[in-house]
Amino acid sequence: MNDQKIAEIRVTPPPISGPILRTEHLGRVVNDKILVEDATFELQSGEVLAIVGPSGSGKSSLLRLLNRLDEPTSGTVYLEAIDYRQIAPRDLRRKLGLVNQRPYLFAGTVEENLRFGPAQRGESLPQDAINQLLARVGLKGYASRNVANLSGGEAQRVSVARTLANSPLVLLLDEPTSALDETSKREVESAVQNIVRDHGLTCVLVTHDTAQASRLAERALLLEAGRIVRAGRIEEVLHA
Amino acid sequence: MLKLFFSNQLYLGLAQSVIAALAATIVVLLARKRDIHLGSETLIAMLRGIIQIVAVGSILLLLLRGPRWTGAFLLAGMIVAAGATSARRAKGMPHAFRVSAWSIACGAGSVIALMAWLGVIDTAITSMVPVGSMLIANAMNTNGLALNRFRADVLAHVGEIETALALGADARNSVSPYVQASFEASLIPAIDSLRSLGIVWIPGLMAGMLLSGARPVYAAIYQFVVLAMIFAASGLTSLVSTLLIRDRIFTAAQQLSLQPGR
Repeated sequence: MNDQKIAEIRVTPPPISGPILRTEHLGRVVNDKILVEDATFELQSGEVLAIVGPSGSGKSSLLRLLNRLDEPTSGTVYLEAIDYRQIAPRDLRRKLGLVNQRPYLFAGTVEENLRFGPAQRGESLPQDAINQLLARVGLKGYASRNVANLSGGEAQRVSVARTLANSPLVLLLDEPTSALDETSKREVESAVQNIVRDHGLTCVLVTHDTAQASRLAERALLLEAGRIVRAGRIEEVLHA
Repeated sequence: MLKLFFSNQLYLGLAQSVIAALAATIVVLLARKRDIHLGSETLIAMLRGIIQIVAVGSILLLLLRGPRWTGAFLLAGMIVAAGATSARRAKGMPHAFRVSAWSIACGAGSVIALMAWLGVIDTAITSMVPVGSMLIANAMNTNGLALNRFRADVLAHVGEIETALALGADARNSVSPYVQASFEASLIPAIDSLRSLGIVWIPGLMAGMLLSGARPVYAAIYQFVVLAMIFAASGLTSLVSTLLIRDRIFTAAQQLSLQPGR
């Protein structure tokens, strides 16, 4: 008997009053080196926030803190007004879905990769949901393909769909196109645009590509040496 | 040939040691030509080895005259030393010594105790200590291999592990492929020893038993018994060790603490 629960894929997150995500004096220092310092910002539901800055400015470190893959040495994060240290790490990471610069797909088929997240909480992802997720990232009909045979852009889109299979409240994208060629970059960007614009998913995008930040985000934070040096509307931050 | 020059057994033994060490030194020099630097580590290991084995031989001489329970203390001491030695193969891994010592104690210690109780190992010190030490030494090697492989695999797959964590996987599940691979790889020498027994090699214990007048068939069967015990002790050690270390490379918030360069 199969007693697995069926995973429900939420296309658009429920509306929430107040910020969905808020950081308060968030920081991380490792061996006296400041990675992130005093980062305070908030994110409204359905908003796309770009984090920009030069290489080594702490953009990815900040995203790792949001997903709690690293522990803050100061401050904290509030998800739906709850201190994220009070949320079980596995639940928190499911709610704050992270897509890495490299897709790191697991050996097997596309479908198996999409089923991974729900399976971690004993849920089975229905075939309809798999097809729907793949259609959202422009990979209709890819379910049974072996991930070893995918191009870089396809693999990254599978990675996005795999994260979405967990129905996250916030999507965290860490330089999702930086390792891709121009064509693949456009494909991934279009998939992300479809998800965040058409479905209103809240999103934090880390990128060094300011043109991409302008195309996808409404607001931006500029990081330098781990500190937020500018914050505001995208054009104000990028063209100040 | 050496016997022509040395009539005293002690001097003969020293001469034999020097020649065997020379053979090892030649290997070190050959390796050096290929830019593999084993020099200082091998030299220290050889010096330690000869000093330790002579010291243990002298202690054994004293213990052989003592009560049986002293053997248990000697074996316990060996387990602690084995834990410290194999923990060095797990550089940067938290609590490596504690994990190694516990694993060897659980693996080798429990097999020695059970086999002694069942009468497979004679509880006389002359039998218990040498056979027990064989089990401990092999468990130590297996433990070192398991930890070393696990560490290398985790460091090579940080991205995959953190991706699994980010997708909501439990910390244990995120490293389960590497736990399994380390366990399997660490047992390859023990399996190969069993597989090639009598064909590729005739172990020292069997040769010793034959020299001391045991019946050849019994000596052969007992050698198999020892190798099967070594496999059991090594397997149990590796199993405990990989399971214990698996939990220690994560923080309480399920963050991977074993990272390159940290």
